[in-house]
Amino acid sequence: MCLAVPGRLVEIMDRGDAAFRAGKVDFGGIRKEINLAYVPEAEIGKYVLVHVGFAISVIDEDEAQRVFKYLEELGGFQEELGEIPQ
Amino acid sequence: MKFLSEYRDQKAADQLAQAIRKKATRPWTIMEVCGGQTHTIVKSGLEDLLPHDITLVHGPGCPVCVTPLELIDKAVAIAHRPEVIFCSFGDMLRVPGSTKSLFDAKAEGADVRIVYSPLDALKLARTNSERQVVFFAVGFETTAPANAMAAWQADHDHIENFSLLVSHVLVPPAMEALLSSDNCVVQGFLAAGHVCTIMGYEEYFPIADKHKVPIVVTGFEPLDILDGILMTVRQLEEGRHEVENQYARATRREGNRPAQERIIEVFEVVNRQWRGLGEIPASGFQLRGRFQKYDANRRYPFSGEPARESPECISGLILQGIKKPHQCPAFAVKCTPENPLGAPMVSSEGACAAYYHYGRRQANDRIQPELSGFPSR
Repeated sequence: MCLAVPGRLVEIMDRGDAAFRAGKVDFGGIRKEINLAYVPEAEIGKYVLVHVGFAISVIDEDEAQRVFKYLEELGGFQEELGEIPQ
Repeated sequence: MKFLSEYRDQKAADQLAQAIRKKATRPWTIMEVCGGQTHTIVKSGLEDLLPHDITLVHGPGCPVCVTPLELIDKAVAIAHRPEVIFCSFGDMLRVPGSTKSLFDAKAEGADVRIVYSPLDALKLARTNSERQVVFFAVGFETTAPANAMAAWQADHDHIENFSLLVSHVLVPPAMEALLSSDNCVVQGFLAAGHVCTIMGYEEYFPIADKHKVPIVVTGFEPLDILDGILMTVRQLEEGRHEVENQYARATRREGNRPAQERIIEVFEVVNRQWRGLGEIPASGFQLRGRFQKYDANRRYPFSGEPARESPECISGLILQGIKKPHQCPAFAVKCTPENPLGAPMVSSEGACAAYYHYGRRQANDRIQPELSGFPSR
């Protein structure tokens, strides 16, 4: 129920009141009109997280890499110790 | 898809599982709060990647599962009114009330429609001015800004033939209730990432502090969940009980302020009944002030019989993590997704349905971990 899916914002439509601000979001080729009222900072080209027709967050692309950076460090550390990561 | 498929990488999952195995020296019991997380865990077989000492228990975070039977009965009664177009998210349709589900009502001729967004229901009200459109506003904090916006836009545009049957519940009071129970087995929590995307996670600090439990805000993909478990186990092993954020790509400490402001404008906090758990103080939302004219509860007074749960269903124990689905005598025998006795068997996010669908019918059933083929949901 709390499922939210990331998609790329490709177009912003100004509809007067901020509550009606909307945009087109591309989900791997499928485009849907999404309400942008809750992400005033969203810019075209950025990824937004969408739940039931509303963008609820702009994806932080640096933070998105955190787990992979950690795993890289972990892999390097294990190699130093002569352990091969599974 | 970007920011989705990379979090389903099998090799990275194996590395994280190995890191958890290295860190865990004792048995630990961790609850994932959200039904979406339960679904990922069971579907991708994550429990079988973990050391046997780590037990995951599946929390009450499925709004479909905790919606009281009475409210389903009320929804069915409203849907049967000839002037009503009754709109709902798809997963509420099959939930059985005392005698029937919304799906049964639809089969009997009621105008029941599945919508993707509450704004789709509002659009139906705009284009069907001779009908009454009622939206079943079910959900946790994640869905509250969307439902609040539907009421706000209806008010802004003076749309009279629209109302909301609200069944909104809040996660922190349920966590507090679980932790305060004498039977509590939970030593650490994976908090629901998208709930915190909206509300932030400051309200978890007093809970972590009071009950001395680590709480890690966690995402929904297999790597997110393994990473969240690793962070929780690290805290447990080191004797810490802090609030940490695994899901920082989508969730900030303060949450989404514009969404919170709209929620507060439209909703007020009330006591709510949770199916399987009973009444929890200050654990839900209802429409406030000028938005109460959109409350379907007020518009359609209901005088049905008090609903009675199946005496065989142990969903309360399942939702508290005290019993696993396969420990219920009715599980997969009298209670199946086709004929559910209780709500956790109905929603795909319910623990019982997830266990049933993905082959965990008995205690010793194992699921071959399979992440790479994990499809987009």
